[in-house]
Amino acid sequence: MELLLPEFGLVIFQSIAFLLLMFLLAKFAWKPILAAIKEREKSIDEALSKAELAKQEMARLTSQNEELMKSARAERDLILKEAKTLKDSIINEAKTAAQTEGAKLIEKAKIEIENSKKAALAELKHQVSSLSLDIAERVLRNQLQDKATQQDLVANLLKDVELN
Amino acid sequence: MDCSHVFEFKVKRLIVVFTLFLAFFSVTPAAFAQVDTAQVTEGSHAQPAAEKKFDIGKFALHHIADSHSWHVIGHTYIDLPVILYTKAGVVNFSSADFTTLEDGKVVRDDEAKVVVERNGQRFVKMHEKIYYASDVANEHGQFVNLDEKHHATNARPLDLSITKNVCTLFLSIIIILVVFLNVAKGYRTNKGKSPKGIQSWMEPIILFVRDDIAIPNLGHKYERFMPYLLTVFFFIWFNNMLGLVPFLPGGANLTGNIAVTMILALATFCLTVFNGNKYYWKHIFMPDVPWWMYIVMVPVELFGIFTKPIALMIRLFANITAGHILVLSLICLVFVFNSLYIAPISIAFAVFIGGIELLVAFIQAFIFTILSALFIGMAIDDHH
Repeated sequence: MELLLPEFGLVIFQSIAFLLLMFLLAKFAWKPILAAIKEREKSIDEALSKAELAKQEMARLTSQNEELMKSARAERDLILKEAKTLKDSIINEAKTAAQTEGAKLIEKAKIEIENSKKAALAELKHQVSSLSLDIAERVLRNQLQDKATQQDLVANLLKDVELN
Repeated sequence: MDCSHVFEFKVKRLIVVFTLFLAFFSVTPAAFAQVDTAQVTEGSHAQPAAEKKFDIGKFALHHIADSHSWHVIGHTYIDLPVILYTKAGVVNFSSADFTTLEDGKVVRDDEAKVVVERNGQRFVKMHEKIYYASDVANEHGQFVNLDEKHHATNARPLDLSITKNVCTLFLSIIIILVVFLNVAKGYRTNKGKSPKGIQSWMEPIILFVRDDIAIPNLGHKYERFMPYLLTVFFFIWFNNMLGLVPFLPGGANLTGNIAVTMILALATFCLTVFNGNKYYWKHIFMPDVPWWMYIVMVPVELFGIFTKPIALMIRLFANITAGHILVLSLICLVFVFNSLYIAPISIAFAVFIGGIELLVAFIQAFIFTILSALFIGMAIDDHH
């Protein structure tokens, strides 16, 4: 039974020593240790959540890039298509313009040719008439030089002409 | 003649088995074992063949008890100071004064046969307790009055001696302080980095106390009680392990001393009572039962306030003391059988039990701490 009876001296020493130990440890060990552990856990948590955020940001950026790429591609296709239609229309326009211009030129040339022809023909007619007048004059002059024959002729003519 | 040998052997074996049996259970019977074995020893005194008997109960109890000197090895002792608060003021002297010289050899007295006189007062030491000496010696030369159970009935001065347990207490406090101030230094030098050295040994245990003991039982208010829980955990654990060391720095049975466990339990009791909120006290004085049940419930609940810390006190004390008695008894088998051939068996068992004791050292620290946290948690719990 003696074991179950606390000795006064040890009770006193234990109380003082334990309280002192607790005070010293609390102030110089537990406080900084627990604070440091907590701090470290916080920083680890923060780093992890930051990494998660960065990952999300990365995914967001990637999808955004893809989106951009897609729209850019679509725009490029659109521009190409527009350019093609534009080109086609320009070519067509040029073609028709050339055609009309050509036709106009041809028309003009034709008129010119006609005019020239007409002028040439008129000139020709004029020349032919003057030439024929000349010839006729010369012929007449020749024939009129011989009065006897002229008389005959006139007589022949008069013979034909009966005074009716 | 042969028959008497067989009988002798059987008696010895009975003593061993009985002592072991008692040692396995609690300490109260083990304390009685001293009386029982003493009676058996006395009984065997009647037999003329009996030599000087080895009293295993007395041996074990002597080793687990506190002492005024610290046994080093063989006949070498460290004599510790005796400090007494007497009717005539404080008296101090060395415990080496309780010795006599017999045939040139120093004989250490623990049977109240040597009287030390200081300040006109006379002191004797019996079973490591100091008494005011009687004026005359009794028939055995002891300066004490004995009752029928051989306990001294003399008055005792207030004994504030630096005993073996007090020495171990100081030593363990120094060890704990050195270890944890170093750990704290580690957190300063490796700020924000992974722990190094002793810091990485202690951090998992500190986290264990925090995450598995404090937080589940105390909830969000755990931080206020962390210093107490950590201190009590490491104090018990370090001292349990120190008690398992059989030679000088260890060897004392500090956490198996009722005074020490009483103060630890008292600390938990005070924290529980002073931190108890209105729900806690309402639960005790006005439990949710019909009013006529209060006659039974209130005394039971009031009683419970005290039984919880008392259970803490007894549990730690009994477990550690029983472990010490068990190891001592196993080692003593050699002397009980009076044969060296028992040594391998006894050492094998002692090593096995030592391993278990190492586990028990941790488990008891854990149990004391988790129950303290549980009791405090019950007192501060506020969601009803």
